Formats: sequence, C-alpha cells, structure tokens
Amino acid sequence: MESVRVMPRPVAAVCAVVVLALLVVPLLDSRYLIDLFTEIMIYALFALSLNVLIGYSGNVSFGHAAYFAIGGYTCAILLTTYEWGFAPAFAAAVIASALAAGLVAWFCVRLTDIYFAMLTLAFAMVVWGVAFKWRSVTGGDDGFVGVSVPAMLDSRIGFYYFTLAATGLSAAVLWLICHSAFGRCLVAVRENRIRAGFVGINTRLMRWWAFVVAGTFAGVAGAIFGMFHRGMYIESAFWTESATVLIMTLLGGIYSFFGPAIGAATLFVLERLTNEYTEYWPIVLGMILVGILLFLPDGLAGLARKLASYRSRGG
Amino acid sequence: MESLVRFAREELGNPGLATLLDQPSFAFIQVLNSVSQGMNLFIIASGLSLIFGVLRVINFAHGAFYMFGAYILYSVAESYELGFWTGVVAAAAGLAAMSIVIERGLFRFIYDKEHLMQLLLTFAVVLILTDLAKMIWGTDQYSVSYPDGFGGAVDLGLTRYPTYRLLLIVVGPVILVGLMLFTARTRWGRLTRAATQDREMLGALGVNVPMIYTGVFILGSALAGIGGALAAPFNSPTPGMDATIIVDCFVIVIVGGLGSIVGSFIGALIYGFVFNFGSVIVPNWQDVFPFLILLVVLLWRPWGLFGRPEGEGA
Repeated sequence: MESVRVMPRPVAAVCAVVVLALLVVPLLDSRYLIDLFTEIMIYALFALSLNVLIGYSGNVSFGHAAYFAIGGYTCAILLTTYEWGFAPAFAAAVIASALAAGLVAWFCVRLTDIYFAMLTLAFAMVVWGVAFKWRSVTGGDDGFVGVSVPAMLDSRIGFYYFTLAATGLSAAVLWLICHSAFGRCLVAVRENRIRAGFVGINTRLMRWWAFVVAGTFAGVAGAIFGMFHRGMYIESAFWTESATVLIMTLLGGIYSFFGPAIGAATLFVLERLTNEYTEYWPIVLGMILVGILLFLPDGLAGLARKLASYRSRGG
Repeated sequence: MESLVRFAREELGNPGLATLLDQPSFAFIQVLNSVSQGMNLFIIASGLSLIFGVLRVINFAHGAFYMFGAYILYSVAESYELGFWTGVVAAAAGLAAMSIVIERGLFRFIYDKEHLMQLLLTFAVVLILTDLAKMIWGTDQYSVSYPDGFGGAVDLGLTRYPTYRLLLIVVGPVILVGLMLFTARTRWGRLTRAATQDREMLGALGVNVPMIYTGVFILGSALAGIGGALAAPFNSPTPGMDATIIVDCFVIVIVGGLGSIVGSFIGALIYGFVFNFGSVIVPNWQDVFPFLILLVVLLWRPWGLFGRPEGEGA
C-alpha cells in the first residue's frame, strides 16, 4: 500500500487520530479552545519548518522569525492596503518568504555553526529594523492593524478549519520533503559535512534548499498568524521570537519529525496555564529550558522513545 | 566646501549631511558622541568577548548582566543615596557574585555540549534574570543623576561637551590598557591565554582550569555590570534594555573578532561612528546600519577584523 511506504503505520495512526481530534474541536463550541488550537497549529507549523533547518540539516538559525514576519506582513499588507484577493495575497506572501529565505541563505550557507547563527540573526534584525522604521507601510511599532480578512474566513470556525487544512497540508508536504532522498542527504550533511561532500553531495546547495524550505513554511505560518490576529507586530520579527520558536523545537526534540509540533503545543498550553496564575511566564520558561538542556537533550520525543524502549525491554 | 554643502543640501536633499559639512562644531560633536557611545559599548562588549575567548560560550545573558548593573547602580546611588561611585563598585561586585552562581551552577555542565545547547542555556538565564529584575525593580523607568562634578559641560574650544561623556571617553581606553596588561603581563592573564589555546594541556600541567573559567566569567560579567552602571545616567534603567544591548554587543564582538579585546575596542568605535553619523545622514535608519556592517564583515571575514579563522570553512 502506498501510504504504508510513505509513513510507518503507527505514525500514520497517531496522525489520523490527531487530525480527527482537531476536526471535532469546533463541535465543543468553546471560543477559547478554538482560538487556542488555531494558534497552536500555527506555531506547530512554524516549529516544524525550523526543524528542517536544525534537525535535518544541522544548521542553527537564530533568525527564523524573519520569514514568519515577512509572510505575515506581506499577506496583511497586500490584503488590506492593496485590497488583493485572498489567494493571490496568500501566495505572494509565501513567495516573498521563500525569496527572502533564498537570498539570505545564499549568504548564510557560506558559514557554519556559530557564525551561521549570528548571520541569520543579523539578517533577521535587518528585517525587524525595516518593519520598525518603514512606518508608512508597516505601521512601525504601532503594528499593522485592522487586516481585512476575506469574508469566507471571517467566522471563527471557518478560520479554524482553514488553519487546520493549511497547516495539515504543509506538514504533509514537509514530511514528504524530509523523508525523500533530499531529506536523507540533509541528514548526511548534518552528520558529517566533509564526508557528505566526498560522496558527491553538494552540501552548500543542500543547506541552501533546507533554508528555503524552512523559510517558505515559516512564511505560511506567518501569513495565517497575521490573518488570525487581524494584525502584525514588530515583536514577531524580533530575535526573542526566533528564540521562542527555537525553544519549542528543542523542547519537542530536533531528531524527530513531529517533535517540534509537540513542543510548540506543550509550550503554548503551558504559557496559557502559567499566565492564569502569574505574570512571570518567562521565569517558568527559563526553568523549563534549563531542565530540558540539562536532563532531556533529545526533547519530549526523545523521552517518549526512551520510555517506549524501556517498556518493550521490560515486558 | 561651499559647493559641496550646496550639493548635499540641494542635489542630494540631505540637510543632515549638509550641516555636517558646513558646521565643524556639529561634526565634532558627532565624533565625540560616537566615541563616547563606542567606549560605553566597549566596556560591555569586552566582557562578552573575554568570556567567549576562554569559555567558548556566546553568553546571551550578558545583556541582562548589563541591565542588572544599571539597576544596582540606581538602587545604591538613588534609593539608598550611597553615592554614584559606590553604586558602580556595587554593580561590579553584585555581578561578580551572580556570575559565580551562574557559572558554577549552570554553565559548568555544558562546556562540552553543542553550541546550540550553550546558546539556549544562556537564553534560559536571560529569561530568568529579566523576570527577576521585573520582580525586584518593577517596570518603571528610573532616572539616575550624574555623579557630583560630572553634571556640567566642558569648553573644548570648538564646542562645549558634557563632562560625563568625556569621562567615558577616558574610561574606555583605560579599561582597554588594563585588560591588555592583565592578559599580557600577569600570571593569571597568561593562564587565561593558555586556557584559550589548550585547556586539556593546561589541566595536565597541574593548573586548576575550572578556576580560571570561573575567574574569567566573573571578570567578564563584572565588566557588563560596570558598563551598565556607567550607562545608567543617560540610559535610564528599564525592562527591555537587555534585549537591545545584547545584539549591539554581538555586532561589536563579531565585527572585531570573537575573543579579541582590541577587536572589541575597534568594533565598538565602528559601531559608535556608524550609529551616530548614520542617524544624521539617514535619520531613522540608524538601528539597521550596525547590522549591515555585521553582514559585510561576516561575509568578508567571518572571524572578524582582529580574530583568527578557526577550523575549516563551509
């Protein structure tokens, strides 16, 4: 069967259950839950996209928020200021993110490790600077507010199903990309760049493509985010946002495809819960992060795997 | 010159550039602003660079250390009225104490881990420290007055200039020379340099390497505290000041070359000039220029102006 070859059966089963569960969420008729899950799906896609770069190709980007913001701002501005239709605006936003990622990646793949991270950070801060200072177009630090969302996405439930479809489809495409020959090449590059080069892989080109794929899907997430919040704010491009999505990815586990999505959901729910008791969410997040780094280096997905293997050995 | 000024004003439509060319005193003030801002940044960035040189950790929490320095100065100098200079000493001492806890309690465990892990651990420290600062000092913006005798301005012939900013222009080079003498002439400095070269060999020779790590971390963090304290009179302590300063410091240490003290000095000067002249010539976009410089340097010499290339390239 085709589907068995593409995805191992247990993973496919879990995916089906998750999708089914997400499909029925609106039936619970809770605005809170619908909004919560919409946002979780957006961040899950954002984190999944970053993991193509980090988990699969081994390049730590510290400026991934830039492509999220470019997608978000482009979509919001085209819809509102230029009154484009939904489809062209959304497509243009994704293309803009892909082009920006392609341009930045062209420079960044020349460097590795810490210098790569710093260069992505520098480019992201330029994007942030443009969003901040190009007030006439982006609204500067007041944010770009009052995004005119197309009528069909105006209802809460409609938007929820749109988000589910868009993120689900994107995740599926990302899965196919990561499990293709290209994905295997990325892993080879991550494990040993020099040897990968010796066997004939164009490592720079592979890393460039990984960067473009990551940026493109971050743009998808950003475009949905902007429409969901009816606005884009410069905080979305600031380096702290890049750090947040990096934490989500790491919390879930970078050596697993769905890990980052789990990380995003966990972190997001934790943030909501913490905020009900205290305004000091960052300190909680900081402690969670210390805990992961010192005790759970492979993230939640790694922990689950370890538990599973422990149980199968015991039983 | 006349025609240049007219060219700038009329053809380029750039009044800022025209004033720079037209009025020597205005240009002179910009130079002094650039140097004094650069020197303040140098004090902070040199600590970051020093720590990276030995510990090989890029410390995101350095900005938070700077913020704590500014807050501690405010509390000591303004709330308890113990005087400005006591505040500076207290900021250095406070940061030294904090850094011992952080280095021994956290950083020690990740020296052999990947860079990603290290970056994120330092980011965790940022999250914890910024919230702690919020718990202790709230979200107000505090104003700090200039130390006695440094509130006025000095006549420099071309123009009058604030005494306090001139003080910074003097303090920066003093710290540069101090750090250079320390690394070149003292036993501790020599051990520090040896630790950057080969920590295992140094340990095998019977040197207490973990102690050197702690010592360097204390020194670097104290420099951030001093930088924050000295910045407090013109950069009112407020939440969020850590997030902006840390990226400025990254720009400086990478432009100058990670681990190089002279590099940080030159990097800080470049930053000061680019920022100040940038804000006159292309107003509003000064925040972006330093990053453009960083882009150019990273692409041209990723190891920085005064750094050394390490390992193989991409």
